[in-house]
Amino acid sequence: MSQHSGTTSPHTEDTRAVDGSAVADDSRGTSRRHFLGYVLGGTTLMAAADLGLFASPAEATIPTIPSIPELYDLNDLLTHAAMPTANLIAISVNEDGTASFALPRAEVGQGITTSTAMIIAEELELPLDKVRITLAPARPELLFNQLTGGSNTTISTYTPIRVAAAIAKLELLKAAAILLGDTIGNLVAKGGVIEAPDGSSVTYGELARKAASPTTKKVEVDLKSSAGFGIVGTPQNRIDAIDAVTGTKTYTTDLQVPDALPTMICRAPTLNGIPLAIENKAEVLALAGVTDVALIDTGVAVRAETFGQAIDGVRALKVRWQDGPVAGESDASVLTRLKKAELPMPALPKNPLAKTVSADFTFWFRSNSAMDTNSAVADVRNGKATVWAGLKSPIIAKQAIAKELGLGEADVEVNVVQSGGSFGRRLFHDAALEAAKASKAIGKPVKLMWHRADDARVGRAHPMATSRVRASLLGNEVLAFHQSHTSVETDFRHGLGEIVTAMAADLPAGLGNLGFAETIFTLTQEVPYNFGVVLQTLAETDGRFNTGSMRNIYSPDVRCANELMVDLLAKEAKLDPYTFRRKMLRIKAVRGVLDKVAEVGEWGKAMPAGTAQGIAIHKEYKGVSACLVEIDCRPETVNRKVRDAVTGPRVTKVTYAVDVGLPINPRGLEAQMQGGINDGIALALTSSLHLREGHFMEGSWDNYFYTRQWNTPPEVNVIVMPPSSDQPGGAGEAGVAASFAAVACAYARATGTVPTEFPINHGEISFEEKPRVPPVPQSPTDGLDHTY
Amino acid sequence: MPEQSFVLNGEKVTVDVADDVRVLWVLRDLLGVTGPKYGCGINVCKACTSHINGKAFNPCSVPVGEVGDDDEITTIEGLPDTAPEDQRGPHGLHPMQEAWLERDVAQCGYCQPGQIMAAVAVVRRARDEGRQVTDADLDGIRNICRCGTYTRIREAIRAGEQSM
Repeated sequence: MSQHSGTTSPHTEDTRAVDGSAVADDSRGTSRRHFLGYVLGGTTLMAAADLGLFASPAEATIPTIPSIPELYDLNDLLTHAAMPTANLIAISVNEDGTASFALPRAEVGQGITTSTAMIIAEELELPLDKVRITLAPARPELLFNQLTGGSNTTISTYTPIRVAAAIAKLELLKAAAILLGDTIGNLVAKGGVIEAPDGSSVTYGELARKAASPTTKKVEVDLKSSAGFGIVGTPQNRIDAIDAVTGTKTYTTDLQVPDALPTMICRAPTLNGIPLAIENKAEVLALAGVTDVALIDTGVAVRAETFGQAIDGVRALKVRWQDGPVAGESDASVLTRLKKAELPMPALPKNPLAKTVSADFTFWFRSNSAMDTNSAVADVRNGKATVWAGLKSPIIAKQAIAKELGLGEADVEVNVVQSGGSFGRRLFHDAALEAAKASKAIGKPVKLMWHRADDARVGRAHPMATSRVRASLLGNEVLAFHQSHTSVETDFRHGLGEIVTAMAADLPAGLGNLGFAETIFTLTQEVPYNFGVVLQTLAETDGRFNTGSMRNIYSPDVRCANELMVDLLAKEAKLDPYTFRRKMLRIKAVRGVLDKVAEVGEWGKAMPAGTAQGIAIHKEYKGVSACLVEIDCRPETVNRKVRDAVTGPRVTKVTYAVDVGLPINPRGLEAQMQGGINDGIALALTSSLHLREGHFMEGSWDNYFYTRQWNTPPEVNVIVMPPSSDQPGGAGEAGVAASFAAVACAYARATGTVPTEFPINHGEISFEEKPRVPPVPQSPTDGLDHTY
Repeated sequence: MPEQSFVLNGEKVTVDVADDVRVLWVLRDLLGVTGPKYGCGINVCKACTSHINGKAFNPCSVPVGEVGDDDEITTIEGLPDTAPEDQRGPHGLHPMQEAWLERDVAQCGYCQPGQIMAAVAVVRRARDEGRQVTDADLDGIRNICRCGTYTRIREAIRAGEQSM
């Protein structure tokens, strides 16, 4: 069990910036923008940054009163872990006038290739369309600096990338000064051209070779002042948008690798069941298009000329299976086990006049399946392996594949491909490892793709959890607030765990002894209210499931339970939910976004019976957010019919305000919030997995009810708050927690009943389960009857 | 092996493949046309939405043997050519694709070719019925987007409708 606590005296207020950085930063003055970096030896200019020389900007002081994440959170840990190797981040200036950079992170839709290009364009004074961003392959020398998670990419790479770009610009200016016969101070770099006062000029492309250094040398540089920013902070469209709308954006399964034929896996009828023997291999090999059938530890691989024929092969296979570890179990039995693992709640402070308010919540399993199912291309032959996949943690993938194949890491090449979504799933390398095994077993290259049914049933799930909240209220003051979260084990064996282990010794006192999950929990969860004695704990149990984070780890569930309790306390204190939050919040930035949504979203306006507003806040990823929703729970809305769909209550309007410190691309940030809102709605109302007799029932998007057009709010207004810091916060996950909580609060207010389990519709099975044998459904043949 | 012929993005194509192989695999695995995406293979997610003779359809659910020699299949790759020259936008694309760019709709982008092909069909259907696209039309679009880009999809369809 982990716990962290903080005692807050009533009415204290913290005026720090949203990134939690202390005001002492200001005293550093211009030194904050002065850095050392490198010019790397080569034939064209290549500049690199080395932040290892500098003290960390996020001071790891030991907190006493505020909770731990306010002073040292998960992003500080990830940023610190990235620092020793940040010197390897290098930008090249090319003879065609472009700059190129291989980002050691994964683009999965969150927009980091665009924001990174903007940061380089800004500092290098180059038009945005002249910056080329690719994704770096697995580079073990980067150690921890190649993990995409925790919405940390921009937080950790912002300064190193700027330093490298600034050095590149400085070297271009030095070369231009010689060429143009003037001093650097007289030259102006703009739009990829350097101009002298006499009107003579030279382009970056012309300077690319001249500015190159034959040897690697150290360079000092000053970063641009944010006052001069012309790209960072302005709304920009994605750099991959044209490829996306023309169908030319390439995902793993679009790669054309010679002889890597379509391959699918036949899986067990129970979760993680093990194949023992194939009973009809010859029969399946005789099917049209099927080239290979091979048993691997996760199932039976079928390689064919087309995926359609691979599906036919999977469906025709007769396999003897050993049951998986949860055979015979259901949601209910897992919940019983989870409840047994709940630890006693600590006693609230004794005060005979205080009233205790209690609430218990259950959060069911949810799938983090993306549109682009788990997939990988692998070629394992002649003692070498080459793999392509969407990987947020490619170094760990490379190590695992090398170990599995019995090869040295140098003989395994792991390439990172853009993914059609992640939501936590691409932190793991399930498909890459499985493709490597299949290619080895078959002796030929494979293009492995998980069927949707597998992706939903066997793919990773957000673990089931319970959250118990107890608070002690005296009049309208909260004396204590305790929250105990108990969860099916979350798998962190994708690198984050290794980072935590490696950093343990450097963590603030008391954190180093905790396990991975507890450390993550302690570094991410906080209660930003003046609630007296605050205590949040985590206990985890049951490691039999395929789990992972899902666009946040614990935060959406913890925050939802938390904010529902805040509404209950407000009711006891006879204050409205907005007024109560406003009174209790102890962090100014959070109050700023709360006030913004209340004003823009017209908090408190008259609403018809059966409809209501709900309001909630969240603080994480160096940022703060607030969400105000309107929900319609009237029967005519709840009972509207859509074929093969879940309708139910409709969120009709959302007002969302987010303050991330320094927004790099407000347009991208708005998009991430819009997406996060739809995730929050799904978590509250419609989407969960049902475990029955040892397997998850959901096998398609008409079984697993992620938000659809008939559920999405017709009116969404995202407000990106003006810059409140000179450092960027995270975006990818920042839209989910407050949305989930606000929808839950609105539902409770509209119906008069506080829900105790999420999503609220989990109790009804709204679909007919697809067969488990064969494990994947056949494609229909009546498509021409449904044209429009 | 039977020879399958049809018109793909304005050009006649012929492939040697069994009648029952679904069109999606013929396009993706045999012809290398990868704009239409796999998302479920059972006509639920709609990521593969393309057009046949100008109407939206899902190639994951049509055996190639059912497609005739003269049937015209249009994938996202062929969409720009279906718009009259004067309707194409600054990027030379179909007005719906241009509206998508204007609103910066795509996030991961995986479902977007299917979303755009569906959007064009929804506008055409409304127009054939002599009306504008309604909220009910938008609510009825089944294409799933796991990034949750629905808000901008709705805006882009309304804008694209104006310039189509």
